[in-house]
Amino acid sequence: MRARDLLHPRPEGLYCPPGDFYIDPVRAVERALITHGHSDHARPGHARVLATRETLDIMAIRCGADFAGSTQAVAMGEKIRLGDVTVGFHPAGHVLGSAQISVQHNGLRIVASGDYKRASDPTCAGFEVVPCDVFITEATFALPVFRHPDASQEIGKLLKSAQQFPERAHLVGAYALGKAQRVMRLLRDQGYDKPIYIHGAIARLSEYYQSQGVDLGNLQPATVEDGDRSDFAGAIVIAPSSAFADRWARRFPDPLAAFASGWMRIRQRAKQGGVELPLIISDHSDWDELTATIGETGAGEVWVTHGREEALVRWCELNGIAARPLHLVGYEDEGD
Amino acid sequence: MNRFAELLDRLVLTPSRNGKLKLITDHFRAVEDPDRGLALAALTGELDIASVKPAMLRQLVSERMDPVLFGYSYDYVGDLAETVSLVWPEPGGNASPAAPPPLTPPHKGEGDVSVSESPSPLWGGVRGGGNPAYKPNHDITLADVVAALQSASRSDGPAVLARLLDQAETSARFAIIKLVTGGLRIGVSARLAKQALADLGPVDVAEIEELWHGLAPPYADLFAWLEGKAPKPEQAAKAPFRPVMLSNPVSEGDLEKLDPADYAAEWKWDGIRVQAVSEGGVRRLYSRTGDDVSGAFPDVVAAMDFEAALDGELLVGVPPEATGTFSDLQQRLNRKTVSAKMQAQYPAFVRCYDLLQLNGEDLRGLAFTERRRHLETFIAALDPDRFDLSPLVAFDGWTQLEDMRSAPPHPIIEGVMLKRLDSPYLAGRPKGPWFKWKRDPHTVDAVLMYAQRGHGKRSSFYSDYTFGVWSGAEGAEELVPVGKAYFGFTDEELKQIDKFVRDNTIERFGPVRSVRADRANGLVLEVAFEGLNRSTRHKSGVAMRFPRISRLRWDKPPAEADRIETLQALLD
Repeated sequence: MRARDLLHPRPEGLYCPPGDFYIDPVRAVERALITHGHSDHARPGHARVLATRETLDIMAIRCGADFAGSTQAVAMGEKIRLGDVTVGFHPAGHVLGSAQISVQHNGLRIVASGDYKRASDPTCAGFEVVPCDVFITEATFALPVFRHPDASQEIGKLLKSAQQFPERAHLVGAYALGKAQRVMRLLRDQGYDKPIYIHGAIARLSEYYQSQGVDLGNLQPATVEDGDRSDFAGAIVIAPSSAFADRWARRFPDPLAAFASGWMRIRQRAKQGGVELPLIISDHSDWDELTATIGETGAGEVWVTHGREEALVRWCELNGIAARPLHLVGYEDEGD
Repeated sequence: MNRFAELLDRLVLTPSRNGKLKLITDHFRAVEDPDRGLALAALTGELDIASVKPAMLRQLVSERMDPVLFGYSYDYVGDLAETVSLVWPEPGGNASPAAPPPLTPPHKGEGDVSVSESPSPLWGGVRGGGNPAYKPNHDITLADVVAALQSASRSDGPAVLARLLDQAETSARFAIIKLVTGGLRIGVSARLAKQALADLGPVDVAEIEELWHGLAPPYADLFAWLEGKAPKPEQAAKAPFRPVMLSNPVSEGDLEKLDPADYAAEWKWDGIRVQAVSEGGVRRLYSRTGDDVSGAFPDVVAAMDFEAALDGELLVGVPPEATGTFSDLQQRLNRKTVSAKMQAQYPAFVRCYDLLQLNGEDLRGLAFTERRRHLETFIAALDPDRFDLSPLVAFDGWTQLEDMRSAPPHPIIEGVMLKRLDSPYLAGRPKGPWFKWKRDPHTVDAVLMYAQRGHGKRSSFYSDYTFGVWSGAEGAEELVPVGKAYFGFTDEELKQIDKFVRDNTIERFGPVRSVRADRANGLVLEVAFEGLNRSTRHKSGVAMRFPRISRLRWDKPPAEADRIETLQALLD
């Protein structure tokens, strides 16, 4: 069987004919395998869903308990037979519960990475290299300009600024699933033991992380008690960045806008977004991680999806690896 | 070097003046000599480093990475210095053994730049990939970088730059490239850097400005004084700048408390304040903040054959009759050199109103009337094409002066100055001795077109407004933007406009929203401004000076806002 007969794109998403399932479909389908809980990958309405326990829990939190007809939890490393193929879930290091999905038919193995990173993350299991013939890689930060620094160094910048400007509330924009909790955990790792104030949109997922053994310390809702704005002077507040433009942000004294994202590597990007303190903290692989991972999987062929496909395809060409863009639609640069 | 790089990174993204001052002052406090002094020199444009052209940067990077990958990167980032700083191979050169064998660059660059033989993720390796001869050097100082760049000859400059970049981390690479490509362009003026320095003392910024021209990087004696470890440096330079005396605007009720007989009045001319100093063979023309602008005005400098320090207004034209507009004067500003043709077309002169120093004697302690007497005698001996006297305006009382202020005899007059007859010349802006009484501003009714989110306290408010007036034929009118304003309104009005913007948004572009603005629907703003310049950069052909929102005209239908012709009429 040729690789493209084992998995190929359809309008609904990446489809496996011999197993009759989709991976991260963007429309409702009969059977879906979900890599992780970000909303562009995990959509409600499928009849049957296979995912890790954590991803299923997260989908229930975000989409409601009835997000699918039926669900089946798969443990990391467990092998499951679907039609003529064997599928497996392997840690992707992206967010809590995130997995790569391996699809094997006879001697041919394809690994769909979903979103992944190689940098250490205290809030989720680390990426495992799965040797394969075809590696389907994400390309969110697939340009040589993206090299994420050590996240703890970035948290250091935030702590320094909070000290330097103790009269200002430090608003940290962070994606509600994964990034927000990682930032909190990194703050705790650096000894920050004051309450961290959080936006309502982040509360339930943070509770869930805590219930899964990720200790985020004392979290408080960012609500104004007795209308005293000065309570937030020097405080660290975590919120989805969309909340900054909102009237919500008016409760804080002279807020200083920070944003935790891989995009913050580019100064113009920070400037245009009105970000004063960019924190380059990403849950995706940077250029060096992407190119290293491709090498480590030993894949002879690479399919590149959502992001800057052309640069990674070019790199593969330079290195004698067959590569092509997959042109899947419906995935945004979400989650970073 | 990393601390300087971090400072630049923060300054680029910090919009508020106070925030910038705090960042710079903290840097001066935390960093030792000579690095902090070199940082100060970089911020004030006093650092002398031979510049590297963008083409050379491109060549250096193309010898180190696949040009196609560089092309994708540059297209994405948009800024050459930043792209190069981001893609430059990381120090260390530890290619992973699991990676496929790296390709070698297709050709070596010819010329004098050595090419790294090491693998790079940009050719085929993985993390690292830089020149293995260099380890990341966290301890490289700004002084090391500046010394290396200053000692580089023209021919080995690019190689020296490449070696520095090989050792530096990302932010430091950006800072190094900014240093060698000339002009940091990070939204910090020399004046702001001096203010941050003054805050370190704290001392009055005027003291810094007065000393500035006798000092040189890395300013160790200046820092020692500010930290109380050494006496104030002696003023060493000839023809130093003397901090200027500034006026306060006349506000409601000020004049009724003052006796007109205690004051002299002069016209307030619409030029730039300068100080012309010539002492011991050194001639300098300073701006009001002590920046040396001599280079742009060789015609004025050539006529400074005296031993004195004059205070006056720089204008273009042929005195006393022909005085050019501020637009004309702008042709001569912000230039390092100026052509003979430009000098002939826009001849510059100084309309003098004070004399601070004469033949070695400091006159600043004398009363205004005394100084004025010396000034009148002194001016009479100077080249009349380059120096004339700002005439006194005779008046009997405030009402008469008010009438004269409202209808000045010359279009380049923007009001009157009041100077207390017995006042000495004091640095700074003392309240009482000098007042400016400006002509009422122009106003125009314009329609709000775009709103941008503010920063800091205003970060959740749409507080920067672009407004337009009508142009085009009747029945086919369209709005053409004529300016942008972000103050002049109260906090309550800001809330009202913010609500209007949110309720009437048509499109969003990042932090900017375009709002509904047609003949029937929209918000009319009365905009006050000081003057208009012709502009080739704006579609409307005009640029406003000092625009601010003076009133919200909720009552006025947008169709009744002003037309572009109203503004064009003000140009001539």
